[in-house]
Amino acid sequence: MSIKVSLPGVLAKLTDGQNTLDADGSTVAQVVSDLAARYPGLGPRLQNADGEPYEFVTIYLNEEDIRLAGGFEAAVSAGDELTVVPAVAGG
Amino acid sequence: MTTAVLKNVRALPLVCTNCAEQFDATTSAICDSCLAPLEPLYAKDRRLPSREELRERTRSIWRYGEWLPIEGEPSDSNEVGFTPLFEVPRLAESLGVGRAWIKNDSVSAPSLSFKDRVVAVALNAARALGLDTLGCASTGNLANAVAAQAARAGLPSWIFIPEDLEKGKVVGTSICGANLVRVRGHYDHVNRLCAQVADRFGWGVVNVNLRSYYGEGSKTLAFEIADQLNWRLPDAVVAPMAGGSLVTKLHNGFGEFISAGLVYGNLPRIFGAQAARCSPIVNLLETGESHVTPVIPNTIARSIAIGNPADGVKAARVLEGSGGWGAAVSDREIVTGIRLLASTTGVFTETAGGVTVAATQELVRQGRLGPRDEVVLCITGNGFKTIEAVEKGVGDSPIVNPRLDEVEELVASR
Ligand SMILES: Cc1ncc(COP(=O)(O)O)c(C=O)c1O
Ligand SMILES: [Zn+2]
Repeated sequence: MSIKVSLPGVLAKLTDGQNTLDADGSTVAQVVSDLAARYPGLGPRLQNADGEPYEFVTIYLNEEDIRLAGGFEAAVSAGDELTVVPAVAGG
Repeated sequence: MTTAVLKNVRALPLVCTNCAEQFDATTSAICDSCLAPLEPLYAKDRRLPSREELRERTRSIWRYGEWLPIEGEPSDSNEVGFTPLFEVPRLAESLGVGRAWIKNDSVSAPSLSFKDRVVAVALNAARALGLDTLGCASTGNLANAVAAQAARAGLPSWIFIPEDLEKGKVVGTSICGANLVRVRGHYDHVNRLCAQVADRFGWGVVNVNLRSYYGEGSKTLAFEIADQLNWRLPDAVVAPMAGGSLVTKLHNGFGEFISAGLVYGNLPRIFGAQAARCSPIVNLLETGESHVTPVIPNTIARSIAIGNPADGVKAARVLEGSGGWGAAVSDREIVTGIRLLASTTGVFTETAGGVTVAATQELVRQGRLGPRDEVVLCITGNGFKTIEAVEKGVGDSPIVNPRLDEVEELVASR
């Protein structure tokens, strides 16, 4: 268990009320699969039926948008943090 | 704490843009089930006013109440909107378009940018939902608008900006008594933090959990343009893009007035303007890709420096679908654009306005706009907020002793 994942409040109902979870994997995609296996309701909220990220959900690896680091294929390692946030408007 | 004069203000229910689930009016802009954005649900059979009725009403965004997600009397920010629209023949000539008008939101009240419109709607939604604190993530103008309108309403505000914004935007926010927080990083970091802040505290974060209401305020720019042109639609409208919401809402606004039978003419072609050093939406158009590739912003146009535009895909589709397009311009062209606008119209705009003017020039160069077009340029912000961007370019003015002969010499030399 090495990657910390923070979820938006509305998803906590799919994870027994937890906003932060630990997960395994060496890419973002593997972390998402690990979570999807443990919390079946959560999987479809993080990836579409083709296993791709949604346009309206942004995932950050530590400080950066994963799309700047290869998207779901971005490599992760122990101690990294993934933050899932709904995409929001400009200002 | 001031207690507001609470009038009978209500916020509309919301509907998911992805799965169509409906929600009562709420402090959340995302669907519980699928995380997709929510939008207000307008009653299809509501009675719409005629042109004559509209003309009798107050000269503010609330004139168009039937197309805004607030019902009843607005409790706050009643006089926002109705900025000047005027023809600018000297600019039209210089640009090489048939006719041009400026929609001048650089003098929007109270905070000198079009963000006053969206905040007025969000603030009334916050009142309707019984919230007692406002917040936002901002590139500067939204910070000014939230700080100003919250101060007047007597509500505390928490405002998050990138640490190194222009002085005018920082001071103009703090002076209103806002809790201003400068975040290390660029806007996309601020944005992410605010998504978490909105989740954690019970605040109305206008562009996060009140976003479904907030965004609708931008439509009033389209409504006013149509109204002020005597219900005749222009051929084309040019506006700057950050998150991509404004151009999308302009399109919706014109479309709603066409559906209501209020206007003559076709849906205008909408053109979006970005700085070349932060142009993810123009990139989408030019590459034809279906997903935004985020960029790290690095431009003097700080107010529109959003590298990860939430409405980017929608905006690109709307521009293309309307027959319009997008253009990106260099920082040098932005300064030239600011100067061109000021020297042909007397309007001093901020960097985003420079982007709009310079992008219009570029679109003429590309043959997408030309002598047959009647064009409205949306000038969305004020130049006195971004003095840093132009002060070097204007150079030093001569200093003289208070003696007439020195002035005579100077005049003779020009
Ligand atoms: C002056 C100005 N114009 C235009 C925009 C673009 O708005 P949008 O994020 O809706 O694309 C902004 C956004 O911050 C702005 O400050
Ligand atoms: Zn949904």
